[in-house]
Amino acid sequence: MRHDHLITSKQLSRTDIETVLDRAAEIDADRAAVADRHAGTLLGLLFYEPSTRTKMSFETAMKRLGGDIVDMGAVESSSVTKGETLADTVRVIEGYADALVLRHPKQGAATMASEFVDVPLLNAGDGAGHHPTQTLLDLYTIRENAGLDDLTIGIMGDLKYGRTVHSLSYALSNFDTRQHFISPESLQLPREVVYDLHQAQDGTQIREHDSLEEILPSLDVLYVTRIQRERFPDENEYQQVAGEYQIDPETLEDAADDLTVMHPLPRVDEIDPAIDDTDYAAYFEQAHNGVPVRMALLDLLLSDARGEDDE
Amino acid sequence: MMSDDHDHHDGKDDHELRVSKIRDGTVIDHVRGGQALNVLAILGIDGNEGEEVSIGMNVPSDRFARKDIVKVEGRELSQDEVDVLSLIAPDATINIVREYEVIEKHRVERPPAVDGVLTCPNPACISTGDEPVTSRFEVLEEGVRCSYCGTIVRDEIASLIET
Repeated sequence: MRHDHLITSKQLSRTDIETVLDRAAEIDADRAAVADRHAGTLLGLLFYEPSTRTKMSFETAMKRLGGDIVDMGAVESSSVTKGETLADTVRVIEGYADALVLRHPKQGAATMASEFVDVPLLNAGDGAGHHPTQTLLDLYTIRENAGLDDLTIGIMGDLKYGRTVHSLSYALSNFDTRQHFISPESLQLPREVVYDLHQAQDGTQIREHDSLEEILPSLDVLYVTRIQRERFPDENEYQQVAGEYQIDPETLEDAADDLTVMHPLPRVDEIDPAIDDTDYAAYFEQAHNGVPVRMALLDLLLSDARGEDDE
Repeated sequence: MMSDDHDHHDGKDDHELRVSKIRDGTVIDHVRGGQALNVLAILGIDGNEGEEVSIGMNVPSDRFARKDIVKVEGRELSQDEVDVLSLIAPDATINIVREYEVIEKHRVERPPAVDGVLTCPNPACISTGDEPVTSRFEVLEEGVRCSYCGTIVRDEIASLIET
């Protein structure tokens, strides 16, 4: 893998994806083997928006590779409140750390920030834009449970504002997939994403639906997302659609026995807890996969940055 | 062979008399009717630099029912400068004039990207805030796309021109 930064899953080829997933599998099988691999390395965390899983799993990943983190902390207690630009902040923190992880509410923030730094920068979410590291752990989970080729996947919920959805669908277009998008009309995929999926060279198959029922039996994977309150300008609009796209054991009666149900978490009430203990549920495994996948990614990018050959 | 309705020196084309001839400079012809002011805006010509500018709007044309013409005296616009016009005036022709003669004539070509010309309409885009960043749009077959947030704009591109 030869990239300076990871900004969007669109930049990842099938080979890039397989390189990261293979490395993650190796690390997952023997974490002790990499425990000191990046001793002395510091990862800078810049989270301008709340995060639990992404931030903690990056921190865990860096520490399990023998390194440590420096954290900007909450925006409220940083220089951001004094009006410092993102461009200035990343240029300062670049001097403290060997790589940076950025989450920011503005779309394109990671693209812009990467133009100001020389150390590897990883996009951990830019508004309604992209979230490529989530995508890699999603792909890892899909590969472990259903395989990435000849895959029929249903992606349901907030497809308009859900950055994990956009990133995942781009990446899946590198594989032989049939992608079904299930959402209320007001939360359909943005036209930019549809445009890109149609441009994808492998011509992934895309269909949009307003109900899960008709396609559920054909699915290998059902990827459920939260209808995000904070992305709605208007509370009434949120209330109108919230709760329409939930699943429970009854919903899944027509599903294939080996269906894999995924969710980037946090969930609110999209997935009934009664599904947690069934064989369908893969969402906690998915969250745990964030560590080996981010370890693999950091290992590859940091090794590249130091000019080491890929192993 | 001159175009259907660029400066005719014999004076027979009285439509042309509505816009004075220039001695040295650039004539932007075959601009879609009503877009002349946007042409000046997108070129960043606002008269403050002292340029002598003449505009003809909605003059009869063989090619279009109505067209606009912009003449800038004393300034020869480069291909890079005029290519940005392809966003709002794709059929425009550029005439470079010296001593009242057209010495060079070419069409605008679609550039791969335009920097610092358009403002992203997405209020959640990083390029629209206080960051020290120049807007950048990739030029698509139809429309433009913000290089930061990915927003695609197909209609009303002129409304995005930075002022």
